Amino acid sequence: MNTLGPYADTYRAWRKLKSAAMMGATVIATLLTLVPLFLVLSYLVRQGVSGINWVFFTRLPRPVGEVGGGMGNAVVGTLELVGLASVLAVAVGIGTGLYLSEPGRNSAAANAVRFAADVLMGVPSIVVGIFAYAVVVRPMGGFSALAGAFALATMMTPLVARTAEEALKLVPAELRESALALGIPRWRTSLSVVARTAARGIATGVLLALARIAGETAPLLFTAFGNQYWSTSLKQPIAALTVQVYTYAISPFEDWHRQAWAGALVLTAMVLLAEALVRLLSGRGLRVPR
Amino acid sequence: MASKPAKEELILPNVGRFQAASLPAQEETTRSWKRLKIGVPLGQFFFNGFTVTSAFIILSLVLAISAVLAVEAVPALVRFKAGFLVGTDWDPVNEQFGALPFIYGTAVSSFLALIIAAPFGIGVALCLSEMTPFWLSDILGFLVELLAAIPSVVYGLWGIFVLGPFLRDAVEPVLVRYLGFLPLFQGPRVGVSMLSAGAILAVMVVPYISAVCRDVFSAVPAGLREAAFALGATRWEVVRLAVLPYSISGIVGAIILGLGRALGETIAVAMVIGNRPVISASLFMPSTTLASAIANEFTEATSDIYVSALIELGLVLILMSLLINVTARLMIYKLITERFSR
Repeated sequence: MNTLGPYADTYRAWRKLKSAAMMGATVIATLLTLVPLFLVLSYLVRQGVSGINWVFFTRLPRPVGEVGGGMGNAVVGTLELVGLASVLAVAVGIGTGLYLSEPGRNSAAANAVRFAADVLMGVPSIVVGIFAYAVVVRPMGGFSALAGAFALATMMTPLVARTAEEALKLVPAELRESALALGIPRWRTSLSVVARTAARGIATGVLLALARIAGETAPLLFTAFGNQYWSTSLKQPIAALTVQVYTYAISPFEDWHRQAWAGALVLTAMVLLAEALVRLLSGRGLRVPR
Repeated sequence: MASKPAKEELILPNVGRFQAASLPAQEETTRSWKRLKIGVPLGQFFFNGFTVTSAFIILSLVLAISAVLAVEAVPALVRFKAGFLVGTDWDPVNEQFGALPFIYGTAVSSFLALIIAAPFGIGVALCLSEMTPFWLSDILGFLVELLAAIPSVVYGLWGIFVLGPFLRDAVEPVLVRYLGFLPLFQGPRVGVSMLSAGAILAVMVVPYISAVCRDVFSAVPAGLREAAFALGATRWEVVRLAVLPYSISGIVGAIILGLGRALGETIAVAMVIGNRPVISASLFMPSTTLASAIANEFTEATSDIYVSALIELGLVLILMSLLINVTARLMIYKLITERFSR
């Protein structure tokens, strides 16, 4: 039994020590990973909170050199862009999710679509910007809110589709079968039984996708472009928080930096609130696709 | 028999709006769903039409993006041919365009990020799947995922004002002191550098690697773990003997997926890397990447050939990213689908 003779205890202790050291290292890795999160958020709050007031949300940016002004137009712009993008993306996304889980279930075509959606999620955002520039901006003759929303929708669709699919997959097969057994047609089963049961998961996926695209800058740089004035027109360039923060951050002006921090704080707060909400809404089983 | 109900009541599940008990008689039910002449129910026709169209849109988007970029890059492709990929001059005034500094910058900054991020990502995933109790894994996992939720422009802002100066004043002097003989750690220290880009990318990529690794680790059959424990293995031995060998291709896939993210990351990198199209061995020097160059120069590009050259950078980027994504997905699918698909 004891082949190691007198060294058995030492060896066991050594193995335990090694295990403790390696597993301890993973714990340290986890803690160290959370350090940047803490640093970024705390610095963001410290720098940004002083710039947040009524003026920030209601006023336009001031010209260079004048202190003050706000980002009211950018806040509204971001909301408009994100809203418009979801109008374009949600139907197609949910449609694809339904296809993957219902008529296309386990087919080769569905695998191809799922693969395409996953690859589309990995396409660099700046490339999506170029795509939107070539497809929307140039034919329309100028930068526009519509082009920005199109770029964002392109990024949003696969995410909505894949989370919807994951949510639909969680619906127990028995539920579907009992509906079919009652003589309810397939399409009605898919819509009124499966989709309705998964509605919460699907909504969660939409919210998650909204949070992700609200923080995007790169696809907006040469589609929505940014705007220093109030504009809600679809055909005009429109301001977005992310673009505004980017422009201000790389400018040499102290006051603009202050505003950039405030804008970044508002943006992060919006995004993190949405993420937290997603976490609260989604059941334990729902996998967020990567 | 005492009181028999007048009608026998069936207890059926209440499914959405369909109250099974109140379904009309059989003949009426079948008649109530309209059918097309070919025998397909009308509703099914529209439902399939809608879902298949949506799926087709997603499929065609991937192809459309690649095709549009390829077409838009044609002028540059024709003019510079293969020289574009190996040229080192980027001189818009004289219309000389070479992509090598951008490719180099993209590759080096991404690899740097992965060298830092991969051990952390795997470590986090191991900790959350093997060490911590379920409720704690949930919370920690959520916090790590928040790292992925912070917008990249915010990372960029933090990189400019906090991380860059910190690296310049605290980290780089240490590197010079102990590793200064390497060409990697020589030259002036200015705050915007390849090193800050790599560091900020590492922070952004860790949550992706750890999330995919967690999925992969949770796909390891419970029997393998239990068998190892039953043989008296310590926690680490279980990981080394049961978990890691089973999931190695998934881990590699996760890291490659992280590479794909790092390659395409634009704004945060554009803000901290300095945007100078030069190839330098030193990590302290400013550099540039494919994505950040497009972000910086696209709206300022005056001539058509300039725009086309920038789009060709985009084409190079998307080809790299497609290649990487497809490889990574294939590696991960094999492991995960078995467990998660029904």
